[in-house]
Amino acid sequence: MLLDFEKPIAELEEKLATMKEYALQHNSNGNIEQAIRELESSILQLKRSTYQQLTRWQKVQLSRHSERPYTLDYIQAICEDFIELHGDRNVADDKAMVGGFGKVAGQTIMFVGQQKGRNTKQRQLRNFGMANPEGYRKALRLMKLAEKFNKPIVTLIDTPGAFPGILAEERGQAEAIARNIQQMFMLRVPVICIIIGEGASGGALGIAIGDRVLMLENTWYSVISPESCSSILWRSWEYKEQAAEALRLTSQDMLHHHLIDGVITEPLGGAHTDPGLVFQTVKDTLLNHLEDLLALSPEARISQRIDKFCRMGVYKETSLV
Amino acid sequence: MAWFNRKEKGIVTPTENKKETPDGLWYKCPECKNVMPSREHRQNAYTCSSCDHHERIGSREYFEILFDQNQFTELDPHLEADDPLQFVDSAAYTQRIRASQKKTGLTDAVRSAYGTMNELPITIACMDFGFIGGSMGSVVGEKIARAIAHALHQRSPFLMISRSGGARMQEAGFSLMQMAKTSAKLALLAEARLPYISLLTDPTTGGVSASYAMLGDVNVAEPKALIGFAGPRVIRETIGKDLPRGFQTAEYLLEHGFLDFIVHRKEMKEKFSRLLKMWLD
Ligand SMILES: [Zn+2]
Repeated sequence: MLLDFEKPIAELEEKLATMKEYALQHNSNGNIEQAIRELESSILQLKRSTYQQLTRWQKVQLSRHSERPYTLDYIQAICEDFIELHGDRNVADDKAMVGGFGKVAGQTIMFVGQQKGRNTKQRQLRNFGMANPEGYRKALRLMKLAEKFNKPIVTLIDTPGAFPGILAEERGQAEAIARNIQQMFMLRVPVICIIIGEGASGGALGIAIGDRVLMLENTWYSVISPESCSSILWRSWEYKEQAAEALRLTSQDMLHHHLIDGVITEPLGGAHTDPGLVFQTVKDTLLNHLEDLLALSPEARISQRIDKFCRMGVYKETSLV
Repeated sequence: MAWFNRKEKGIVTPTENKKETPDGLWYKCPECKNVMPSREHRQNAYTCSSCDHHERIGSREYFEILFDQNQFTELDPHLEADDPLQFVDSAAYTQRIRASQKKTGLTDAVRSAYGTMNELPITIACMDFGFIGGSMGSVVGEKIARAIAHALHQRSPFLMISRSGGARMQEAGFSLMQMAKTSAKLALLAEARLPYISLLTDPTTGGVSASYAMLGDVNVAEPKALIGFAGPRVIRETIGKDLPRGFQTAEYLLEHGFLDFIVHRKEMKEKFSRLLKMWLD
C-alpha cells in the first residue's frame, strides 16, 4: 500500500527496475547506463524534496504505514536471543502488549511494547495495538521483574491509544495507566523508551516514563490523535491536517519543546524502506544510551528522571502588584 | 431522636458568609425539580435536600466546606497559562483563556491552598470545571505538583479534588506530560509516607483519571459521579453498542474495586478527618 506522496517515487523506481532488467538482458551499453544513472539521481532528488517538505499530517501517515516495522520486528532483529513472557497474573494475556527478556550485544534487556498486526486477522488479535488494563499490568509486572534481576528496560511505543471499551473501563484502564506512570518513576534500573510509530496519549505514556525518551524520525506523540482532536475542537473529522499542524506532534516538534530527549534518524523515505538500517540504528542508539545510564547510581537515575518530567510545562508566573 | 437517626453535624458557615445569599433566591434541582432556598442549598453543601443530587461546585465552595472557618492560604495564585504552541482552532487559545478567566474569575482550572480541616493541617488542590472543562494544561499540572511539594515540605496530608474532562488539547504534548509530572510528585509523597486522599467528583475522565485521580491511598467519590478513562461517547462509537445502565458511575467503580468508598458531600469533612486521624495517631 502506497501513500499518495510515495506514488511518484514508486513510479520512477519501477521504471528504473525495468531499465535495469533491460540492461541486464541486452548487453548493456553506455547509453542505457547513462540513462540509469540519470534516473537514479532524479529519484534521489525527488525523494529529498518530498521528504524534506512533509507536512505533519504526512508524517502521521508514515508513522502508520502498513509496512512499517512493529515492536516484535525490532525485538527479533535486535536480539541475539529472546524469550517472550505472557500474562498479567490476574485476568488475561493482552496480545496488544508484548514483552520478554532479550540479549543484545551480550546484555540482558527487558523489552516491553505495544504490538500491531499486519493483516486483518493479526490486527484483530493485536487489537490494533490498543492495550487493555491487563496489558498495562502485564507491562508493569515485566518491568518489576526486570528490576528484580537488575536488568535494564527498553519500551517500544506504537499505539493509537489505550482501548476504549466496556471491559477496559470495568477493569480500570485509568488506574492501570496511572499506576504504571507512577511506578515507572521509581524503577531502579535504566529505562529507555522509544516511540517507533504512534504515541497516542495516556495509552502511550503508560509505558513511556524513562531516563531517555526517544522518537523515531517519522512518528508522532501527543495528547490526542489529529482525527479525534479535529472532531472535538473543529466538530468535524475533516480538519485532521490542521489538527496535526496545531498539535505540533512530530519528533522534531517534541524535541524542540524539550518533551523528549532525542530523535532517531530514519532512512530517506521512512523506516519501512530500509528496515535493516533502522534496526541497526536503534540498536546502536539504545546501547549508547544504556552505557551512559549504567554509569549512574539508581538514585541518581530516579531523581534525574523525576526532575526531567517535572520541568515540562510552560506557564506565566505573574507577580503580585 | 433515636441514635441511628441522629443528623450529621451541618457545615459551619460563618454568619457573614450567609448574607451573600440573599433571601428570595431559589435553587431548583435539575434531577428532581425540587425547589429550595439557595441558602438552604448552600448549607446542605450544595446538595439537594430531596434527592441528594450533588451540584457541580468549584474550589471556592470546597474550600469553604473543608477548611475550618473557611480559613486557608492559597498557594501559587499567580500562575497563568501561556500559549507555547500558538494554538488556534475555531478560536485562539489565548482568547479562550481570557474568556474563561473573565467568566469564572479564576486564573485556571485548579486552585490549591493549605489550612486546617478539623484542626488537622492539610494541603488541598481542587479543580474548577467551569474553566475550560477543568482541562489539565501546564498550569494545572504545575500547581498540583507544587501543592504536593508543599505537603511534602510541611509533612501534611494531601487532598486532591478532581473534576475534569481530561487533557487540555491546546497544550498538546505539554498537557500530556502533566500526567507524568503530577504522578512523579505523588510517588515522592508516597515514599515520604504522607497520606494522599483522592476525591473524584462529577466528571473525572481522561488524563486526569489516568494519573493523579486514581493514585490515592484511598480513592473516594461523590455519589453518581461519572468516572472513567474514555468518555461514554467514544466507547459507544468504538464498540457500536449501547452502554450498560450505571456504567462509569461512582457506584459502578465501587462495585468493580476502584474506589474505597462513596461519600456524601455533607459528610466528607468529618469522614476524611476521621480517616486521617486513624493514620496519623
Ligand atoms: Zn433533587
